[in-house]
Amino acid sequence: MSRAHMISVRNLDIVGHRPDGGTVPIVRDVSLEVREGQMLALIGESGSGKTTIALSLLGHVRPGCTISGGQITVAGHDVTSMTRHELRGFRGRTISYVAQNAGTAFNPALSIAQQVIEPARVHWAMTRQQAERKMIDLFRALALPEPETIGARYPYQLSGGQLQRLMAAMALITDPEIVVFDEPTTALDVTTQIEVLAAFRTVLADRGITGVYVTHDLAIVAQIADHAVVLRHGQVRESGTVARILGNPQDEYTRELVAACRIPPRATPCAPMASAREDRVLDLSDVIVGYGNRTAEGLPERRILDHISLSVPRGSTLGIIGESGCGKSTLARTISGLQPWAAGQVVFRGQALAPAVADRTREQRRRLQIVAQNADLVLNPAWRIGATIERVLTFFHGMKGAEARAEAMRLLDMVRLPHALLERYPAELSGGQKQRVNFARALAARPDLVLCDEITAALDPVVAAAILELMAELQETLGISYIFITHDLHAVRAVCDQVAVLYAGHVVEQCDSQSLTAGAHHPYTRLLVSSVPEMRAGWLADAMALRHAEGAPAAQRRTDGGCQFFSRCDMRMPGQCDRGPVPVHTLPDGARIACYRSCADLAFPGGVAPAVPLPSYES
Amino acid sequence: MSGMATGLRALRLSALTPAQRVMGLFGFWLVLAVCGPFFAPYAPGQIIDTEVFAPLSHRHWLGTDYLGRDLGSRLLYAVRYTVLICTLSTAFSCGCGVLLGIATTATPAWVEQIAGRLMDGILSIPSLLCALLVIAAFGDSLLALVLTLGVIYTPGAYRTSRALALRIARMDYITVAVARGEGALFIIWREILPNMRGPLLADVGLRFIYAVLLLSNLSFLGLGVQPPLVDLGSLVRENVLGLVYGSGAVILPTIVIGVLTVGINLVLDGTSRR
Repeated sequence: MSRAHMISVRNLDIVGHRPDGGTVPIVRDVSLEVREGQMLALIGESGSGKTTIALSLLGHVRPGCTISGGQITVAGHDVTSMTRHELRGFRGRTISYVAQNAGTAFNPALSIAQQVIEPARVHWAMTRQQAERKMIDLFRALALPEPETIGARYPYQLSGGQLQRLMAAMALITDPEIVVFDEPTTALDVTTQIEVLAAFRTVLADRGITGVYVTHDLAIVAQIADHAVVLRHGQVRESGTVARILGNPQDEYTRELVAACRIPPRATPCAPMASAREDRVLDLSDVIVGYGNRTAEGLPERRILDHISLSVPRGSTLGIIGESGCGKSTLARTISGLQPWAAGQVVFRGQALAPAVADRTREQRRRLQIVAQNADLVLNPAWRIGATIERVLTFFHGMKGAEARAEAMRLLDMVRLPHALLERYPAELSGGQKQRVNFARALAARPDLVLCDEITAALDPVVAAAILELMAELQETLGISYIFITHDLHAVRAVCDQVAVLYAGHVVEQCDSQSLTAGAHHPYTRLLVSSVPEMRAGWLADAMALRHAEGAPAAQRRTDGGCQFFSRCDMRMPGQCDRGPVPVHTLPDGARIACYRSCADLAFPGGVAPAVPLPSYES
Repeated sequence: MSGMATGLRALRLSALTPAQRVMGLFGFWLVLAVCGPFFAPYAPGQIIDTEVFAPLSHRHWLGTDYLGRDLGSRLLYAVRYTVLICTLSTAFSCGCGVLLGIATTATPAWVEQIAGRLMDGILSIPSLLCALLVIAAFGDSLLALVLTLGVIYTPGAYRTSRALALRIARMDYITVAVARGEGALFIIWREILPNMRGPLLADVGLRFIYAVLLLSNLSFLGLGVQPPLVDLGSLVRENVLGLVYGSGAVILPTIVIGVLTVGINLVLDGTSRR
């Protein structure tokens, strides 16, 4: 039997039911087809219906929703007319699913092996030994460390990237014909994401599996998919081959999406690195933050941040980048006084700051504002937007009544929001609007320095690009300085003057944001930069070829001196790098790199210029 | 005319928010407790008939009790004492419990250690036994009753509100308020409390029901409200002999207890289902 189209969806309509009996269309008239052995990407922002469509392929709709029309044919089965019992056999044997957050998809009380072989035991009369042998083969194919014994471990003992690959193993153990991936790498660091992507691609290609990949990241689409469907508000905007959609988008929305993934580097030149002390708005010297017992010197034994020295020139932006767990957010909390430091000094506008926010003056608190990460958690849901902004005005400037209302309107104008929002509650706003209100609240204090902690992480690319633009604009008109904490290197190049690279609580490098892709760099910076996906087919293969070290375990903090990055470094010198304090090189342009290697070594790793050019952002 | 129609429509049950319904029902009982006795045809202690356990009649609508007193009048007075004592004790327990529960999310750990263990201690004593002991020791004045019931139900309110507040205190908007330098009272009162209103209201209602049941129990055992004052529990106790005669004097107060507690419980259930 020929199966030209493994998956065929025709005129699919899915509606959600409101409590009052009405219906809301979630997916409208969607048609798509996937040929055997190919990978289809469903692209769209949150709320576009991409996950709903992906789940409907498994015959599943979320509670409160129903498939109201259309036909779904998967591997010859008419999914919409299947009974519960038939669906049970169909899922797992014919089609399986890899969810977004592997950390919550595994049962913490069972070992990995028990959970990975469960689908095989449920669907087939496979013996335990057979299933386990197959599991180990899959672990090996997915490049997991210690494939023989990793199954005996429990979810909490493994990293996010490993769990994501283990979940793929669980999906593949029944030899399904189709696998649905729902944003499987969105929650991962770029350095981990690249390893997971490479593992997925190899396994899928080897087994000739048909796939559906749900994502909002076009760069990932370019690496892994053959065809793509762009969705918005539950409707198909454009479909075609990936090369065509990314290279020559026809639809206006697709063009916008492609543009948002190619944020241009800032046009204005970066502020100079070495500036006189009085030109700096913030100066951190040898700041140590930690917990646990005190050592003989009275310092905490376990350190989250270790000897951090940074400075922010007035009116400029300092970017902080690094993997999750490197201490980025702790740094923001430390500067804003929410997490007092154990040693070191923080000087803000020429005055030493107290470690705890309660000991700082009102003026210091006003001039230093924090804009927190999650737009859904930053606004008090019981307060109207107007009350939220006016509280800051009353608190810091003593404004009341009509005066405060007028100022709040002016602030909303500044962040480009309509005045009508003042009477709304946060729940009625979109993510981008909430983040703008969040920004307006910080601006209401008229700060000198704003700490932005991953403010674009939870936003769709088009919305995030608009927020970055707004930041740059406000800096120009108000002269605010920013500390911009992120893991998004595109964003760093768009708004930052300088970048500090944080690894395991240490600043391994501080440099000019535009020089990130050229010149001498710390090996970790290089790894980070080269892991950022590009919208160029074949990038994944090139980037993997560049990697010398194999997927290293999650960063273990060293306490015996030496370089923290030692175990993952591809330029390490055993016997030298793993002991003693790390020397810091200062480059002619003011950049500082903490490494044992000489600047010449760092400029050309391995002694030769890299064969493949490092990521360029001009495309 | 049309204005009146919209006014009436606004009064329809389905148009009310769950919180309004709870407050509405509770308000009804409170009004009955305060104003009810003014409509009582007889004084509560007045013996008006030689016939004890008289059935319903036009002279005394709900019959008479074991001494020949008007049961309707006595019921109105009983509702007053039951509802008012329980309202005051609930206000005490939830006031202390909620304030302490939210406050300990922001204070140093040792404060929570002390407050939490104290609450655990109270919680570990069976409530009826505890009430019996306290009243045996300190007498059975109304104030002692209110305070006893209040203290017994404080740990529950403390635990619930602390659990609710802990979740809210981790939210970024609290972090922002702390970084701004807001005072502890402002954060408790304006930032945290409004966000736990729904679940907290349900909890307050439950404490009230518990208090009604415990007070009725105490009165039934003769340790609650003392004659000449009367509450629903003591009405049941003094008329328990009427059971043999199938008298309304013992059944009606029981039904009132049931309507009071089950009614509030049902409305609360409605709020949580939303």
